[in-house]
Amino acid sequence: MTQQFSLFARMGKDLPASVLQELMFELRVSRVMTSTPITISSQQLMEDVKTLMRDHRFSGIPVVDDGELVGIVSVQDLIHAFEEQALDAPVQRFMTPRDRLITVMVEEPVFEALKRLEQTGVGRLLVLDAERHLVGMLTKGDIVAGLLHALEAAYHREEELERQRHPRRFFEALVSDETSLVMRYRVRANDFASGGRASAQLKQALLQMGAAPQLARRVAIATYEAEINLIIHTLDGGYIVAEIRPERIIVVAHDMGPGIANVELARKVGYSTASPLAREMGFGAGMGLTNIERCTDELNIWSAVGVGTRVEMIFNVTEDGAKAPVEHS
Amino acid sequence: MKVAEIVKAIEGEILTPPAVDVDLDRAFAADLMSDILVFAQPKMLMITGLTNPQTIRTAEMSDMPVILFVRGKRPSEALVRMAEEIGIGLLLSPYTMYETCGLLYDAGLPGMGKLPIVQQS
Repeated sequence: MTQQFSLFARMGKDLPASVLQELMFELRVSRVMTSTPITISSQQLMEDVKTLMRDHRFSGIPVVDDGELVGIVSVQDLIHAFEEQALDAPVQRFMTPRDRLITVMVEEPVFEALKRLEQTGVGRLLVLDAERHLVGMLTKGDIVAGLLHALEAAYHREEELERQRHPRRFFEALVSDETSLVMRYRVRANDFASGGRASAQLKQALLQMGAAPQLARRVAIATYEAEINLIIHTLDGGYIVAEIRPERIIVVAHDMGPGIANVELARKVGYSTASPLAREMGFGAGMGLTNIERCTDELNIWSAVGVGTRVEMIFNVTEDGAKAPVEHS
Repeated sequence: MKVAEIVKAIEGEILTPPAVDVDLDRAFAADLMSDILVFAQPKMLMITGLTNPQTIRTAEMSDMPVILFVRGKRPSEALVRMAEEIGIGLLLSPYTMYETCGLLYDAGLPGMGKLPIVQQS
């Protein structure tokens, strides 16, 4: 019980009352009932009822003859038998007969069952299938246990979603001195048709991990420009490697050439050596590096002609995803 | 401005609707994707004459929900499917870029406003 109470206390904050209501409509009687209950025949004696109730702590036993439900016998009926000193009488004499039974259909929502229990004041409902055969019994206790179980499942689902939304918590779950996730993408030269695939996938991953939309957008735009640069300018394409840490994201685009002769000049607005094809695609106007600079908190470019180029873009993770340079070692 | 109002103003057509019927609050027109990437904002309409995959990618990276292609230039089926998958709306205008922009501006869709003049040297 203690465990269940602490569960409620946890859920009280996260799950509104409407969740409980929804569950009562969603949950079917079949999910919470006690299946295949022990039964007794109408010709057995009240003495047998006493034994069954004592041994199993039952408060009501369905009466079934040849597979057909004919009534129910309760603790109240047993007390009557005691009063009349008729424990040797058949069950039939004291039971509630079939026409006065309170039942519920197996596929009805739990809400209906609870309503019926409240309205009639009985302790248990007999659960019937479509052919009106007895398939189970349902008490308030069964309903409470079933709802608790379903609520716990709902709580775990909620927690799982929460984990996906918040990368910090995701990282907190992984213990090391420094944890990061590395995603690597291959970018091919002149492959304009796939241009943006890596950036789109990285953006999607960041959003799934719970990055603020503005942060995901900044990373996506800068990475996209770098990806296009690999497609336009390199001999053999290159790689985009994104390292995602709790406090910052580092995206590196590197290639094996041809290399930039004058990095300072390349960083100037409007400077470009792009091909006509690149211009046809809507790039190559010398805006790329400027745009990357605008989106990043830190931009480092190393290049050597005949060796290759390495563009390192650093984004600080902030609450709203906006650019906010902070000191880091 | 909703997609339906935009299409009405330019006598255009919807190739695929955006995933959410967003209320666009401004527009930006260019054939240069880098320019669009600089000024892109969520809820901004992209107006362009380019019908290659990079327009869709540019919109996807910068959270632009709708692209309007001008001068009746119809993109390929593959491009429409790509946009559909991502949830980006595609519209088609029978007018040129200049006239399309004029009609939408007239209908009440603003642009970026005055920007500082940058020295390119």
